[in-house]
Amino acid sequence: MSILVGKDTKVLFQGITGSAGGFHADQCIAYGTSVVAGVTPGRGGQTWTGASTKKNVPVYDTVKDAVKQTGANTSCVFVPPPAAADSILEAIDAGVELVIAITEGIPVADMLRVRRVLDAQTGPKKTRLIGPNCPGVITPGAACKIGIMPGHIHRPGRIGVLSRSGTLTYEAVFQLTSLGLGQSTAVGIGGDPINGTDFVDLLQLFNEDPETDGVIMIGEIGGTAEEAGAEYIKKHFKKPVAGFIAGTTAPPGKRMGHAGAIISGGKGTAAAKIAAMTEAGVKMAPTPTHMGETLKSLLK
Amino acid sequence: MNIHEYQGKQIYARYGVPHPKGIPAFSAEEARKAAETLIAETGNEVVVVKAQIHAGGRGKAGGVKVAKGAAAAEEKAKALLGTTLVTKQTGPEGKKVNRLYIEQGLNLEGARELYFSMLIDRETRRVTAIASAAGGVDIEEVAETHPEKILKVVLDPAVGFAAHYARQLGFGLELKGTAMSEFVSLCSKLYDLFLEEDCSMLEVNPLVITGDNHVICLDAKVNFDENASFRHPEWDALRDPEEEEPTETEAKEAGLSYVKLDGNIGCLVNGAGLAMSTMDIIQHYGGSPANFLDVGGGATKDQVTKAFRIILTDPNVKGIFVNIFGGIMKCDTIAEGVIAAAKELGLKVPVVCRLEGTNVEKGREILANSGIAVMPAANMAEGAQKIVELAKSGAAKG
Repeated sequence: MSILVGKDTKVLFQGITGSAGGFHADQCIAYGTSVVAGVTPGRGGQTWTGASTKKNVPVYDTVKDAVKQTGANTSCVFVPPPAAADSILEAIDAGVELVIAITEGIPVADMLRVRRVLDAQTGPKKTRLIGPNCPGVITPGAACKIGIMPGHIHRPGRIGVLSRSGTLTYEAVFQLTSLGLGQSTAVGIGGDPINGTDFVDLLQLFNEDPETDGVIMIGEIGGTAEEAGAEYIKKHFKKPVAGFIAGTTAPPGKRMGHAGAIISGGKGTAAAKIAAMTEAGVKMAPTPTHMGETLKSLLK
Repeated sequence: MNIHEYQGKQIYARYGVPHPKGIPAFSAEEARKAAETLIAETGNEVVVVKAQIHAGGRGKAGGVKVAKGAAAAEEKAKALLGTTLVTKQTGPEGKKVNRLYIEQGLNLEGARELYFSMLIDRETRRVTAIASAAGGVDIEEVAETHPEKILKVVLDPAVGFAAHYARQLGFGLELKGTAMSEFVSLCSKLYDLFLEEDCSMLEVNPLVITGDNHVICLDAKVNFDENASFRHPEWDALRDPEEEEPTETEAKEAGLSYVKLDGNIGCLVNGAGLAMSTMDIIQHYGGSPANFLDVGGGATKDQVTKAFRIILTDPNVKGIFVNIFGGIMKCDTIAEGVIAAAKELGLKVPVVCRLEGTNVEKGREILANSGIAVMPAANMAEGAQKIVELAKSGAAKG
């Protein structure tokens, strides 16, 4: 039944009373997502109303209150960078199962702390973080969209999409939909150097998901997450994978927008990632326009 | 964000990190005065005149001169100021020297030069400290040829740079006595500095163990995490505009992410990944991108106009490829921005525009009814092929 989010997902929006948070909460509701609560410290007791859907959502002061009152199991973080890491930590503390952080520009020192808390979790109920600096997660078959992706380009189906880049995720999804291939779940893991969930974690979930027949994996220069993903694919992944790596023409030493997208010390080049993925049996798309076709060519 | 060595050492001073005395100088006269002050304070005639540029490898490129006496320091300063240093890290165009740092000369007889750095390690998702007995030289070369000479510890943020981590490095570096205890204390201070100042990288190369077994940081290479600028208003004063590409600074101020490249096709894209792959696809079809430009998720009409202006400051640009897949970004906003820019700037180069996503119909309609010659493209590949053709014919016409 897809991965991460589905029919049982009940979402709270941290930062729902902000302009971006409110706009996207409204868009998510319009898509069909069950948005049950908002959290804005100091605004507890108020009601937020979606501009287009007119849906009323109760606002709470704390995530704990929101979870207790509404049974929310997923949080979407739209809080601006200075307070975003604290908001993620608050959601972890409240025991929210899945936290999806959209916020771009969180200081890496703050993410070090968040990462430490995530890594230190014990017991059966661990919080998973997606992002930050990501478009979010969508499962079209359950009409569940949590994030900023344009909902209308998606179709229910059996292909998984995982990507470090937001707009390249849309690109891949749009191509799949145009080719008549729907998506089980599409996930953006975000472009920051320290994030919550990496390719390997998601590949494991897609591998075990009976409703996913194949995946498109989209990486970019910087770091070694793609190489680690390739290693996992080679050893464990049972389904066809099409791939693409952005940044073949990026010069070393120059940060390409994302805090994580930089070739430094000869590491993180597109060539090395393409080689690792090809070696793992991933079929690489020659251009970003060919991601959908490449995946389609692998299906029986 | 990079800062100069002398600025890094001013930060060292605040954290009690041992380093030689020094004074920045912006002219030869200031260099002489600085040297006089240092000589009076230390009783040592020898000073070092160091070029301040945002690149390593200065020593090898002739950017560090030893002088005996203030008059000699003034002369060395005169010779260095205004020259262009080409180091391994500057690229062939080099960097012009506008600032100097005059530092007390140290007795390095019997001294050892080590390497020390800390960085955000993406693989471990923690801060990693790196040290090597082979300091003072190109560490990347050491890492390649003698990886066993590179020592590493991964620091747990819950405990910080605990003494046992520091000792682990210290024993590897064969430190003893005062040097070991000073090194342990230094690691803890540098870690505090790293986190509190929001560094993404901090490098001390060389870290010197003096002949009488004391630890001293001879260099400071500090790199800040730009995401944390909201809590560091003091960074504005540390920026050196002469070290930055002016258009890149202008773009940053407008909330755009822009990197200038050598080609002739301007790119205006939303999203870093899509912007990179737009460069890639232009090259794939035989063209050459003039820039990376990400207008971000929430760009306004005004920002799109600014983006066009920035792209057009590059005289090499023979065509512009607008490639937008709207998420947060609405296609009608982009279309209005394209039209406003075309009217305001009197666009003379061809523009190919590919729009997809939120409000796409509205965006395409606005472009079609604008009376401006913007060529539509159905997808990225088609758009890239079109703009490569147009730029080629434009370039042929001169």
